[in-house]
Amino acid sequence: MAAEETAQGPVTMLSTPIRLDYNFTAGVAQSKSLRGYAEGRFIGQRCPVCKKVYVPSRGSCPKDAVATTEEVVLPNTATVTTFCVVNVPFAGQSIEIPYITASILLDGADITFMGLIQGIAPEDVEMGLRVEAVWVPKEELGPTLASVKYFQPTGEPNREVSTFAEHL
Amino acid sequence: MNQRCAVIGVGQTHHKSKREDVSIAGLVREAAVAALEDAGLDFSDIDAVVVGKAPDMFEGIMMPELYLAGALGAVGKPMFRVHTAGSVGGSTAIVAAHLVANGIHKRVLTVAFEKQSDSDAMWALSVPQPFSAPLLAGAGGYFAPIIRSYINKSGAPNNVGMKVAVKDRLHALKNPYAHLHLPDIDLKMVEESVMLWDPLHYLESCPSSDGAAAMVLSSEDVAVAQEKTTGRPAAWIHGMAMRSEPTMFAGRNLMNPQAGRDCAKDVFAQAGITKPRQELDCAEVYVPFSWYEPMWLENLGFAEENEGWKLTDSGATSLDGGDIPWNCSGGVLSSNPIGASGMLRFLESALQVRNMAGDHQVPDAHKALGHAYGGGSQFFSMWVVGSDKPE
Ligand SMILES: [Zn+2]
Repeated sequence: MAAEETAQGPVTMLSTPIRLDYNFTAGVAQSKSLRGYAEGRFIGQRCPVCKKVYVPSRGSCPKDAVATTEEVVLPNTATVTTFCVVNVPFAGQSIEIPYITASILLDGADITFMGLIQGIAPEDVEMGLRVEAVWVPKEELGPTLASVKYFQPTGEPNREVSTFAEHL
Repeated sequence: MNQRCAVIGVGQTHHKSKREDVSIAGLVREAAVAALEDAGLDFSDIDAVVVGKAPDMFEGIMMPELYLAGALGAVGKPMFRVHTAGSVGGSTAIVAAHLVANGIHKRVLTVAFEKQSDSDAMWALSVPQPFSAPLLAGAGGYFAPIIRSYINKSGAPNNVGMKVAVKDRLHALKNPYAHLHLPDIDLKMVEESVMLWDPLHYLESCPSSDGAAAMVLSSEDVAVAQEKTTGRPAAWIHGMAMRSEPTMFAGRNLMNPQAGRDCAKDVFAQAGITKPRQELDCAEVYVPFSWYEPMWLENLGFAEENEGWKLTDSGATSLDGGDIPWNCSGGVLSSNPIGASGMLRFLESALQVRNMAGDHQVPDAHKALGHAYGGGSQFFSMWVVGSDKPE
């Protein structure tokens, strides 16, 4: 042992992989959105004060600090407000690079969430691109946003950036 | 501020991708000892220690400040930990300064650090969340779409970001502590580097660094006494402010967050500044991705909305002939020990007004801004320091 240590020099660094299992309670509001994904649909909530629609539902409006109780079912269609082409490999990555992540504004929603864009070459994606959600097969649907396989172009003309500037 | 507070000593490590010769404790101690030497004090003179770093997830050590108490001479003394993501180095300095300005302590040591080689920040920022799609690709993946929105809205030419990347690396060549020293840096080199998060090239992004920063803050009587003892001037705090806002709300302006605008307004009002571009001599601003220079020029009121890129484009923010040099040290684009990056901005602004910045000194600098932001642009911290005592 001692001879081996001398030959390889002193130990300056060691990797100690750790594992942490935890229970996550989604809560009343988020559970509604999650159950929606399991049914292949988007469910959000509207703020009673500012009338903005949050999806996924969060249970309260961050601006008005009031509970959001009115449920809103949103369509599969959306607009890409902005995006980036990810071309960086990293530990734990589950999608082949390059891929496009976009800020997705569902029709009727007032907040964006991040989504994967497929079915279009990266160089053809523009701000304002019209897309629709493609869900995983019915038997694979579950209470997770991963039930949305990706978003693909609908073929409609792009929306003018000025029409969604408040979401940037 | 109830009482005057000054920076009387600063210290930093040589920032590198891997400091395998020291542990985290050794790293922070190196910066702390340098700051104490600059101040003409030692650990026994210090009343309290305030520590900051970015998320514990990075190095995987929970509450590392507890184990660092020994290395920082804090055993038996009050010790505080501050945590505001990437802005933490700035907030930590402000918490330390509040302890002095409110008359609680006379000499406070404040330290911030990150040892990225002991960690994997890209992984720590991209951990899959329960019930969500695994899409987030590090900080660049979060900020690149916002940058695209800014380019679209402002009509800026596509190469402005690359100009920032070159300018800050040229500045870094004058700073021996900077991590990146790229003597051949030019637009072509940036353009030919990999497009990591389109529209951001590899060289438009900050490096991963090991490093620490430390400052000794003191009351007026201590500062005046130590100036006489060491022969080195103090930097006086003229204003300090912090603001935050939710990461997500309908109608949030991601390119020009309200918390940043409010924070700048507050700090400039305290310092009696109405035209920052004219009244400040330089600024150290948290720019981890190139395009954040023009965006923050607007957010901080150095330029009108959609005009920030024109200052960068015209060379106004360059140490080489610009009227308002930004990031003379090379900035976050040249050294990024995340937790320390904000404190380095505060520290460098103090060095400038003490006229101790060496080759990257702005001649006769009297007033400077130190700035940090963090998380999804939801935390901001800023101070203005001057070579003269505030009114
Ligand atoms: Zn509301």
